Amino acid sequence: TRRLCILKGIYPHEPKHKKKVNKGSTAARTFYLLKDIKFLLHEPIVNKFREYKVFVRKLRKAYGKSEWSTVDRLKDNKPSYKLDHIVKERYPTFVDALRDLDDALSMCFLFSTFPRTGKCHVQTIQLCRRLAVEFLNYIIASRSLRKVFLSIKGIYYQAEVLGQPVTWITPYTFAHDHPTDVDYRVMATFTEFYTTLLGFVNFRLYHSLNLLYPPKIDGQADVELKPAEGKEYAMDSESYLEKLSALSASLARVVAPTHEDEVEMDEFPVEGETAEQMDARKKEQEALEKHKKLFEGLRFFLNREVPREPLAFIIRCFGGQVSWDKSLCIGATYDVSDPSITHQIVDRPRVEQQVVGRYYLQPQWVFDSVNAKLCLPVVDYFPGVLLPPHLSPFVTEQEGDYVPPEKLKLLAMQRGENPDEESEEEEEEEEEEEDENDKEEEEEEDESEKEEEMKLKKMEEQKTQSNKALPVKVTAGKLRLEDKQRLEQEQQSEEKRLAIMMMKKREKYLYKKIMFGKKRKVREANKLAAKRKAHDTAVKEEKKKSKKARRA
Amino acid sequence: SFFTTSPRHPGVHLLETVSPALTPLPSAPLQDIRNTVGNIPMEWYQDFPHIGYNLEGKKIYKPIRNKDELDMFLEKMENPDYWRTVQDKMTGADIKLTDEQVDLVHRLQKGQFGDVHFNPYEPAVDFFTHEVMIHPVTNRPADKRSFIPSLIEKEKVSKLVHAIKMGWIKPRKPKDDTPTYYDLWAHEDPNSILGRHKMHVPAPKMKLPGHEESYNPPPEYLLSEEEKLAWEQQEPAERKLNFVPQQYRCLRAVPAYSRFIHERFERCLDLYLCPRQRKMRVNVDPEDLIPKLPKPRDLQPFPTTQALVYRGHTSLVRCLSISPSGQWLVSGSDDCTVRFWEVCTARCMKTLPVGGVVKSVAWNPNPTICLVAICVDQSVLLVNPCLGDKLLYGATDQLLESYVAPEEERVQPVQWVTATMEEHSKGVRLVVQHSKAVKQVTWHGKGDYFASVVSDNSNMQVLIHQTSKRWSQNPFRKSKGLVQCVLFHPIRPYFFVATQRYVRVYNLLKQELTKKLMTNCKWVSSMAIHPGGDNIICGSYDSKLAWFDLDLSTRPYQLLRHHKKALRSVAFHKHYPLFASGSDDGTVIVCHGMVYNDLLQNPLLVPVKVLKGHAMTLDLGVLDVLFHPTQPWVFSSGADGTIRLYT
Repeated sequence: TRRLCILKGIYPHEPKHKKKVNKGSTAARTFYLLKDIKFLLHEPIVNKFREYKVFVRKLRKAYGKSEWSTVDRLKDNKPSYKLDHIVKERYPTFVDALRDLDDALSMCFLFSTFPRTGKCHVQTIQLCRRLAVEFLNYIIASRSLRKVFLSIKGIYYQAEVLGQPVTWITPYTFAHDHPTDVDYRVMATFTEFYTTLLGFVNFRLYHSLNLLYPPKIDGQADVELKPAEGKEYAMDSESYLEKLSALSASLARVVAPTHEDEVEMDEFPVEGETAEQMDARKKEQEALEKHKKLFEGLRFFLNREVPREPLAFIIRCFGGQVSWDKSLCIGATYDVSDPSITHQIVDRPRVEQQVVGRYYLQPQWVFDSVNAKLCLPVVDYFPGVLLPPHLSPFVTEQEGDYVPPEKLKLLAMQRGENPDEESEEEEEEEEEEEDENDKEEEEEEDESEKEEEMKLKKMEEQKTQSNKALPVKVTAGKLRLEDKQRLEQEQQSEEKRLAIMMMKKREKYLYKKIMFGKKRKVREANKLAAKRKAHDTAVKEEKKKSKKARRA
Repeated sequence: SFFTTSPRHPGVHLLETVSPALTPLPSAPLQDIRNTVGNIPMEWYQDFPHIGYNLEGKKIYKPIRNKDELDMFLEKMENPDYWRTVQDKMTGADIKLTDEQVDLVHRLQKGQFGDVHFNPYEPAVDFFTHEVMIHPVTNRPADKRSFIPSLIEKEKVSKLVHAIKMGWIKPRKPKDDTPTYYDLWAHEDPNSILGRHKMHVPAPKMKLPGHEESYNPPPEYLLSEEEKLAWEQQEPAERKLNFVPQQYRCLRAVPAYSRFIHERFERCLDLYLCPRQRKMRVNVDPEDLIPKLPKPRDLQPFPTTQALVYRGHTSLVRCLSISPSGQWLVSGSDDCTVRFWEVCTARCMKTLPVGGVVKSVAWNPNPTICLVAICVDQSVLLVNPCLGDKLLYGATDQLLESYVAPEEERVQPVQWVTATMEEHSKGVRLVVQHSKAVKQVTWHGKGDYFASVVSDNSNMQVLIHQTSKRWSQNPFRKSKGLVQCVLFHPIRPYFFVATQRYVRVYNLLKQELTKKLMTNCKWVSSMAIHPGGDNIICGSYDSKLAWFDLDLSTRPYQLLRHHKKALRSVAFHKHYPLFASGSDDGTVIVCHGMVYNDLLQNPLLVPVKVLKGHAMTLDLGVLDVLFHPTQPWVFSSGADGTIRLYT
């Protein structure tokens, strides 16, 4: 049943009235919809599972009796099942499937990195690898990659496939330290379904681009590749997958590639859309096109210490050409010594024998440039240089959130401004001011209360003093300038407080919760800002010290 | 025969088999002591002095073994052939192995052949060649049975045929030749969505990573030492981040994430085990939640600022009362005095030491009588303060003196005593002596009757007194709980008794209970009635204020939780639609409480001002609040020994 639930995508529901459903007790229980369970009963695959169980039993019996002919016969008639109809049922439309693709992709990428021993079937791993590579090739062909992020967990990619954002994570290429407290059977069941889903999705995606499926490497490129590697790879099928996974060649199309780029989209004015919105949309479209051709015309070379697959994938996604050392992997198209190379990606502290005419850059440059949607200045990314922080492209700061200064700089750069040192400082100052404002707001209430108290106290004191010093002395009264605005503000805040007193219990609770959340957000932002400030001052002081030391 | 090699090195024993043919016995030529017992377990001879029989049938005696450990050791040390000496089990004699024998043992130990001359790798000779010969190997003619069809085979075939006929054996299934992947969504119909999918709650996507997950995050996202410690001490489920942000100098230095598989697995578990529910996220602007109330500015007049402070008491001021004209204020305190103040000037006109803690004071509401009731210990003093119009207080004295005692003495729950001369000079006119301590006194609106509350558990808690006849009575036969305070209705003959949780309304004429109000509070502290007589407010020690509309229901119309601590006292204004509450948190909250004549319109309650001023003493703030009878002013007495006037 577990397997069935996973395959059919049945999950428990949280009932609306837990107590009512649970017959008065509030103990934690999981509830499935009755409909779902009945639905499971009518699944034809249940019979297939039973058949398989019988098959295994028969086979074991035959082995026990050493009836080899029976074993052969049974193996020939091994029952198999397909999950096609379940995929269709769970995702009635293609868009539904695309929406749910995140987990499928992450899982396939993870399984494709598993070792070929133990843990799960070799066929599964190979299938996962094949599907993952096919998907990457589709993304390259459609140039739909949007964001990439180097996290400590792995590399995140986000692509926009037919208007749907699809995000997946790939682990760094190291051997897995297989944990013991993980049930691999559950994962394998999920993977079984996900591979089926991904296969169909791939098929459909390839056909949407007029590509052949299963993919074929474009003829010309194939010819170029063949003579060199032909001898080393005995099996054609193996070399095929490896060549495909090299991600260096374009794919063959069913229809000869026409210059589809030239075909301009006809503009259909959507009803109710103003000219401004149209313009904005047009601009967005243009920006997108520009982003797609980010690395067009650039030739990259990957050193052997950089992760080849992610970088080759990203560069090719944005129209760049990429190659690597011939001994590293199949599919290298040009050599280090090629004079036309514009960028060489290097991840070592120093490079001897630099070739004139190309930039030596750290891999983060590629990632940051993709996220910034423009080729960033290369100065910060030379080998051995302390890299600027790598920011997550998935964060969109809202009002009141903390924005790291690097992000502000980046935003300014995207707007086309040239951020000089001055503006930077200004920004920082602005930020500080903002923070102060926030604090003020927070304290305002308390302050006003305090002020009132203070006033009262003062008045009292004055009175007592006047009482004590009976021979009354009239001092020249000071003209008190009352800040009208301030008074008004105070009055308003008091009114608000009084109104809050009159709120109903439930609403008051909600209000307090919302306000608490808001305050916490502000507090967190302030904390981050303070940390940053402390860090910056520390760095500055260190610089000063080192300067002094140098002078001395 | 079996040999046991004596240990070459102490602690190592080896057991080898040496074939008898290869072991020429060294002692054979000298003395033939071959044992004839055969291949038997030698333990059988364990208990005998001999070990077997020689060829002549004579007993072979066991060699005398008298060597002790020391001898053994010495022999081991001195005898160079000790390591190659073994004991013959059959005869018990020591045998020294020859060089050949030692060699043999070595070879066997290495797993080699015993024979030195045996070559295991001799060149192979192909006896039966792969080449086909022209002559058969045997010339035997074929059997007859090779020409006749086999019966057994026939039987087997017929069995198979029968099985096929019966459908027991099925033909091989044709291979499924549909491609693994095809266009599944070729004929997709968005309308064909199953009903189940309408209930479907799609799984939420995983949270996208923030800056702190970067391999090279901005420095402010890295955890400091304390934060890291706090992170480690938290439960894994409680942590806000499920990883510690870390910074690496370059991409090459980033290691594999050890919990990657765990995270995917947990996601899988979430997908198929986690209950799903659609939750409506409250997307409310918090400003919208604040009720729209009329502006306090439009509800003026109400007291807003502190105007006067009446100083003089040295201990907490428990109670306040004001003369019906609004000119004089009386206050009772824990310093055992009652002080009379002029309201406008904050001057203390008179101090009356009473010799006990003053629990309650009440000024007679009748404007033609100048009399104050004061609760001290077990008695209620009726005091003529001799303030204001001389005619007025003279008339009061005359009224009190005009009392003529009735002929027959009636049994009373209390004693009425006329004040002594000394007391009289101070202003005390009458003393009503109770049997227990009195805690509250309140006048009827006409000014003749007053009620007192005794802290007692019996039915004698509430007493009603008539001043003109000096006569008291106990209205209740049974105790209904600890009475907190009592109140006369301003217009009609009703009497309110507040116990801990309920307020009972009695009709004094019919002498019956008319209503029982549920306060929804734990412990009522005080009570006040609207001058119209239809609304009551109750303050309670659990910091609630309940507003009752007597026409509406016996439950509170509204329960206000404005104060943060216990309410001590509540008060209504005589003319203005105002009420005030004083609490232990040191504040007086003035509310606008408009009661409409129209029965359909509910009262409008709006807090208009929070008055602060009293200092907190002994965790007590405001003990009593009181409105001025004509002006929109409020008095409050506090634990700090002051009385404050807010105008």
